[in-house]
Amino acid sequence: MYYDKLIFEISTKDRKGYSLPESTIKNYDLPDTLLRPDCPGLPEVSELDVVRHYTNVSFKNFGIEKGFYPLGSCTMKYNPKINQDIANLPGFANLHPYQPLDTVQGSLHVYYETQRMLSEISGLDTFTLNSYAGAHGELVGLMIMKAYHESRGDTKRTKVIVPDSAHGTNPASATVAGLESVEVKSNLDGTVNVNDLKHVLDDTIAGIMLTNPNTLGMFEKDILEIAKLVHQAGGLLYYDGANLNPLLGMVRPGDMGFDIMHINLHKTFSTPHGGGGPGSGPVGVTKALKPFLPKPVVKKEKDGYTLDGATDLTIGQISHFYGNMGVVIKAYTYLLTIGKNNLSDIAKFSTLNANYIKESLKDDYLLPFKGICKHEFVFDGLIDKSTHVTTLDVAKRLLDFDMHPPTVYFPLIVKEAIMIEPPENESKQTIDKFIEVMKQIAKEAKEDPDLVKGAPYNTVVKRLDEALAARKPVVKYKDLLDEA
Amino acid sequence: MHKYMPHTHEDVKAMLEKIGVKDLDALFAEIPKELMHRDMDLPRSMSELELYDHFDKLTSQNKPLIPFMGAGAYDHYTPSVIRHLIERQEFLTAYTPYQPEISQGTLQYIFEYQSMITQLTGMDVSNASMYDGATATAEAMFMACGQRRTDKILVSKTVNPNVIDVVKTYAKYRGLEVVMIEEDAGQTSLASLQSLMCKDYAGVIVQSPNVYGIIEDYTGFSEVISEHKGLFIINQDPSTLTHLKTPASWGADIAVGEAQSLGVPLSYGGPYIGYMATTKKYMRKMPGRICGVTKDKDGKRAFVLTLQAREQHIRRDKANSNICSNQSLLALFVTIYMSIMGKKGVYEAQKISFNHAHYLEEKLLELPTFERIFDRPFFKEFTLKTSLDVKLLNETLKDKGYLGPLPLVTFDQSKQGLVTFAVTEKRTKAQIDDFVHIIGGLK
Repeated sequence: MYYDKLIFEISTKDRKGYSLPESTIKNYDLPDTLLRPDCPGLPEVSELDVVRHYTNVSFKNFGIEKGFYPLGSCTMKYNPKINQDIANLPGFANLHPYQPLDTVQGSLHVYYETQRMLSEISGLDTFTLNSYAGAHGELVGLMIMKAYHESRGDTKRTKVIVPDSAHGTNPASATVAGLESVEVKSNLDGTVNVNDLKHVLDDTIAGIMLTNPNTLGMFEKDILEIAKLVHQAGGLLYYDGANLNPLLGMVRPGDMGFDIMHINLHKTFSTPHGGGGPGSGPVGVTKALKPFLPKPVVKKEKDGYTLDGATDLTIGQISHFYGNMGVVIKAYTYLLTIGKNNLSDIAKFSTLNANYIKESLKDDYLLPFKGICKHEFVFDGLIDKSTHVTTLDVAKRLLDFDMHPPTVYFPLIVKEAIMIEPPENESKQTIDKFIEVMKQIAKEAKEDPDLVKGAPYNTVVKRLDEALAARKPVVKYKDLLDEA
Repeated sequence: MHKYMPHTHEDVKAMLEKIGVKDLDALFAEIPKELMHRDMDLPRSMSELELYDHFDKLTSQNKPLIPFMGAGAYDHYTPSVIRHLIERQEFLTAYTPYQPEISQGTLQYIFEYQSMITQLTGMDVSNASMYDGATATAEAMFMACGQRRTDKILVSKTVNPNVIDVVKTYAKYRGLEVVMIEEDAGQTSLASLQSLMCKDYAGVIVQSPNVYGIIEDYTGFSEVISEHKGLFIINQDPSTLTHLKTPASWGADIAVGEAQSLGVPLSYGGPYIGYMATTKKYMRKMPGRICGVTKDKDGKRAFVLTLQAREQHIRRDKANSNICSNQSLLALFVTIYMSIMGKKGVYEAQKISFNHAHYLEEKLLELPTFERIFDRPFFKEFTLKTSLDVKLLNETLKDKGYLGPLPLVTFDQSKQGLVTFAVTEKRTKAQIDDFVHIIGGLK
């Protein structure tokens, strides 16, 4: 049965779900002028009430452990259980961030080794793990880019080149870092048009942000030439690490000529997405940019690790403490589990999976760009447009088959984009089942389009009225009560 | 073969055949040869048994101390059920709720979270959470400057120094100017605010309890700020809001802060969770995700991300913030915390923290080595001046298994001898007495 209650709606006066030790210390008071007159309306529920409520709420979600989750650009790979167990060890979880250095050497080792391994994998000199997420990493990376130019007195460089196929965070991060973004048109396959690039390169360009493979899953073959052009013009290259998975152990952004990059530990290195955080977005830089890293910087010295590796050129503090250490521990565990010997298999099998799906479905779905893709690719909706069945309809119909839909309507340069990313953990059997379902939906679209357009049918709620939510915002329980 | 990758030799063969290439390397043919297969200094893979052994060694190099320090990270009690519930795969392994029909779980708890944050702060609307309290404060600055179309902001000197540093970093690169408001005996000076405030400033950022642990009194603040059309931004530890006057009642336009104090483990500084709430007036200027109620096509109540026209994936370079996701699992964490502890439990845990902190202060003041320097009310954190060698004090406490107070001289050379203690409901009377006894033995 569908569970529809809010925690507030099962609250019963005087019920409780906690126990605290009795205190033998006397009562102290505060002046009334500082106190609130009322008590905040938090729920009153028993322990079983809470456990049952959130268990039932959880049933309304779809997670990786339930089924195939080919969400493009998000790398929804398996989140290993052991990572969780390790991060929960009291020796890691119970440390206050200001404990003396000699009592936290184990955690600082994890921090240092993780950044060292990321450096090896990416071909950049060093990393900070202080940034909390991919978008936060972008912001930090662009601050470093800006600080580098300013340190050289090169203050004219205020523009960042962003291809029109880029993630929306790229231009937004540029704005927040006080830079202006210049959009360049992509080739049909989403790669950079080198001739167009030449026209915008001048001494006002601070750098370029690229995702490689790009958001259409195509490797930027001209990357060495692009790097040369940008560097000759005095700019820096920023690598958006969202699509790093198919390059692991094969080719490194640093070797391609990138100066700055971020990595999403929650994509490439298996830490849970958590419904949208906590992530972790380490930022890597070349040796020339190392002095600009945010503080604190973990440093390895003769008698242990310290936190005072930052220089006078640091961009400053970008997080209250040292980033999401609990997430870093999980990524570190994953790196040790995979090891040097299995790393490139991630690249190979994720790429194999993507190309296999692409080739298997290209007679039903419109493939705008031929050729070998990397870990993901994009269809432009169904081939047969006469049915008026859209990408949104296909996505909603997939829900009825217990599969998470791919990313839809991104990148923006493909009108009916369906962006499919099947990570390396997915077996041929799982993928064959997905292909079968996608073919069935294509068939349904021809034979009974209304069936597809009416989907989903098997979910706890049907299609939603999103306009209503924006027109009449009801954003808290009290609004619901006021409405009633 | 690795346990995380299921491809058999037969699978690979069949798949390559379908693609029409001869081997796996052919899938990477377009990559310039000279870039391929560089050597990397990485360890070989470890089995689970080897991993446990490795982490046994690593965690033995960590020594968790019993904290009598806060400074932005508070050692509150975490009920057992929270960990079990947030680690349910449906919550843990899902991504952001782009497909609302199969994400009602995430959307519902975000709605509950927003409801609870608005109950604590008294504000009209909360977003779905942010990275931490410091970045949430910086985002509030962006929001104020965007709203007022000016590039200057006032920040009180009594705000936590790390929060100030993050705000200054964000301001510097965005081209905004941060001007500091003076303090008056441990609290933001109203006189300083009055003399500085003018229409050039987009708003004012203060914190309560502040860096010293003092509960600030904002009588008269909102009048001064609103007279010049500025936005009043209060950064407050939300756990104290079960007792203290709300940001809304002080006239705040934006309430932000670090919600780690709602039972989130210390975890060496993260992951934590920033919150942000505002008034109806500024709702459409708030960064981050917001969840709202709607109906499905059968008229059934449902939840959905709303007001998305504010966000980066729509506005791209016109967006006022680049934040993409939230700190969702931590929002679930504190939502369950506020449910299981409930109306009475959060209040009681904070009341015990308050009482025990005051008891510790009383006991320390009985020692000849401590004196009070501020005569102002505090909550669970307080600052005293000590004649002891602070290094020796903290070394001695460390040897006995305690994390001693924060020396404020770490942030400001003029604050010699000032140390800030924090006490939560987890510190028993026996621990406090032992702690004071150890300190009492020092001269």
